[in-house]
Amino acid sequence: MSIQRLTAIARKELIQIWRDRRSLWIALFMPIMQMGLIGYGASLDIKHVPVCVSDREGSQESQDLLKRFQASVYFDLVGSVADDRALTAAIDSGRCRIALVVPPDFSRTLRDAGGSSVQAVVDGTDDNSANVAIAYAQAVISGYSADLRLDFMRQRGLGAQAAAPLAVEPRVWFNEDLQSRAFIIPGVVAMVMALIGALLSSLTIAREWERGTMELLISTPVRPMEIMLGKLVPYFGIGLLDAALCATIAVGWFQVPFRGSLVMLLGTAALFLIVVLGVGYIISVLTRNQLGASQIALLVTLLPTTLLSGFAFPIDQMPAPIRVLTYLVYGRYYVTILKAIFLKGAGPQDLLAPILALVVYAVAIGALAARAFRKRLV
Amino acid sequence: MIASSSVGASVVVERLVKRFGAFTAVDDVSFGVDPGEIMGFLGPNGAGKSTLIRMLCGLLRPSSGRALIAGLDVARDPEAVRQHIGYMSQRFSLYADLTVLENLRFFGGLYGVEGREFEARSAWALEMAGLLDRKSALTSELASGWKQRLALGCAVLHRPPILFLDEPTSGVDPIARRAFWELIQQMAATGVTVFVSTHYMDEAEYCHRLALMDRGRLVGLGAPEELRHHALRGALLEMDCEPVGAALEALQAAPGVFDAAVFGSRLHVVVASADAASAELPAYLGARGVRCTRIRAIEPSLEDVFVQQLGAAARQSRGAP
Repeated sequence: MSIQRLTAIARKELIQIWRDRRSLWIALFMPIMQMGLIGYGASLDIKHVPVCVSDREGSQESQDLLKRFQASVYFDLVGSVADDRALTAAIDSGRCRIALVVPPDFSRTLRDAGGSSVQAVVDGTDDNSANVAIAYAQAVISGYSADLRLDFMRQRGLGAQAAAPLAVEPRVWFNEDLQSRAFIIPGVVAMVMALIGALLSSLTIAREWERGTMELLISTPVRPMEIMLGKLVPYFGIGLLDAALCATIAVGWFQVPFRGSLVMLLGTAALFLIVVLGVGYIISVLTRNQLGASQIALLVTLLPTTLLSGFAFPIDQMPAPIRVLTYLVYGRYYVTILKAIFLKGAGPQDLLAPILALVVYAVAIGALAARAFRKRLV
Repeated sequence: MIASSSVGASVVVERLVKRFGAFTAVDDVSFGVDPGEIMGFLGPNGAGKSTLIRMLCGLLRPSSGRALIAGLDVARDPEAVRQHIGYMSQRFSLYADLTVLENLRFFGGLYGVEGREFEARSAWALEMAGLLDRKSALTSELASGWKQRLALGCAVLHRPPILFLDEPTSGVDPIARRAFWELIQQMAATGVTVFVSTHYMDEAEYCHRLALMDRGRLVGLGAPEELRHHALRGALLEMDCEPVGAALEALQAAPGVFDAAVFGSRLHVVVASADAASAELPAYLGARGVRCTRIRAIEPSLEDVFVQQLGAAARQSRGAP
C-alpha cells in the first residue's frame, strides 16, 4: 500500500467531483431537498380532520356538542349538510372525512331516557387516519358526556361522587409534544446518508470503465486497495459533511431536540458511511456502467431503508417474518442509533447492540469491497 | 521504485494464446525483442494486435503460454512488470475533465514521480507535447494530436524501459503522426524498447522489426527490408487492365501467377518470373476479353507483402482439414 498513490487517486477524484456539477448537486442539494420533502411530507400526525355536520335538531345541546368539535385541534368543521344524500356526496367528494349526524330527538332522549347517541360516518379509505379520527371523536364526545353527568350530579347535590375515581396522568418522555416529526426526522438523516453515499460511490468505478480510463489505470502499478480507499475517502468526507448538514436542518429548521453529543453523531455516521460507501463501491465494480449502477444503488438502498429501517413505520408492529428481515437492513441500526442520540441523548453504552451490528456490517462489507475489484479487463 | 534510467529491457513471448470462449484472439504467438528495438505489429482490425499488447501489459491473463518482460513473468508478477512499462491504449484514456498538468500529476503520483523529479519530467513532457502554454487547459479541449502526445508524456513520465503503444496514431492528422513517430524514434535511440501496433502501412517503415498478424496468428516476422525482399516469392508486376474485375478473376487462374490483387485502379500480380509473365499474360488475358495497356515490374511494398502473406495464410487454413 502506497500513501502516495492513494493520495494521487483521492486528489484526482476530488477534482472530478468538483468539476462534475451533477455529483456536487447530489452531494449538497439532495440532503436539503430530501430533508425538506420528508420533513414536511411524512408527518403522521392527524390534525384538522374535516368534519361535516348534519344537525337535525338544532338545539342548545346539539350546538354545545358541535362547539367542542370546533374547539378541538383535531377537527375542522367545514360545513353542514341537510340530508343523507348531501352527506354521502360530501364524503364521496372528500369535502369531509367524518360526518356527524345529530338525531332530531337528541336533547329529549338525553334528558328523558338518560342517554342518546350521535352517528359518525367515517371515510375509511385511509384506515389508519380513520381509526385515529374515530378515537379523537370518541374522546370529544365522552368528554362532553362526562361534563353532562357532572352537571346532572351537581344539580342533585352529589358533586363529590361525580368526580371520576381514577385518572391517568401521562408524562411523555423524549418526544414531549408527541410530534411525529421528532420521531421521523432523525431517521431521515440515516436515509439521506444511505442514499447519497451509495449513489455517489456507485458511480466511481463505473465512470472509469465507461470513459475508457480504466484500461490505463489498470496498466499502472496502483493496487486495488489504493484505488478503493483513494476513491472513497473524498466521499467519506462529503458523507460526514452531509450528516452535519442534515443534523443542522433537523435541529435548526424542524426544531427536533438534539440531546446527544456531536462526537457520538459523527462517530456513528462514520461507521454507517463505511457500510454505505462499501455497498455503493461493490455495485459499481460489478455493473461497470453508471446508469445501471445508480439504478441498482437506488433500488437496494431506498426501498429497504424507507420501509424496513423503522424510520417511519415502527418495526415492533410489523409481522414476525418481516421483523426478522429488518435485521438485514443496515439502515435499521443507524435509525435506532440516531433516534436515541437525538431524542434521548444516548451515549455509546446505551447503544452497544446497534453499534456492534454496524461494526459487523462495516467489516463484512469492507472485506467484500476490498476483494471485489480485480485489475483485469475481463 | 522507478527505473533510474531509460535503459531498455528485453521481451520474450513464448507460445502465447488468448481465447475468449470459442474465439481464439491470439493463437500460439512466439517472438523475442531486444532492448532499444521498435517492434511494430501490423494487421487488419481483429488480427489480435491489441489483445497481444494487453496481455504483455498484464491487462489480460493469457490462456496459455507466457510472456517475460525484463525477465519478469507478466502473469505471475504483473505489478512489478507495470512499474517497468508505459502503456498508451487504443482509445484515448486520459481524464478529459482534468487539465493537462493535473493528468501529468496524477500519473506522476501513481508511478512515484514526485517533487523535483516530477518538475523536471513534467516540464520535459509538456515541451515534448508542445503544451507548455496550455498546461491549465482541460484535456477535453485539446486537438487529437496534442491529446496523443500528452498521453505519450503521461506514459513515459516514469522513464519506463519498455513502451507499449496500441494504435497510437489512429485519428491523428498526418503531420501530427509524423511528429509523433519522430518522438518514438528518439526514445528508441535512448534505449527504450517500443512495441507499437498500427494499421497504417507507411508507419510500418519506421519500425526496426515488423510482426505481421492475421486472425490471431503471426504470419510474418522480420525487418521491413527483409520482408519486402524475401517474404515475397517470385516477382511483382503492376498492370493496367480493362475491365479490372474480369482481369482479376482471369489472373488468379492464370499459369505462373501466384497471386493477384487490386491496388487502387491497378492490379498487383505476383508471378514466378517477371519476364515470362510480361510476355505471356497479354495474350492470355486478351483471349478472355481483357485488354492490358501497361505491364511493368515493380519493387514490392510492405502492403504487397502483407496482402500476399494473408492470402497464403488463408489458403493454408482453408486447405487444412
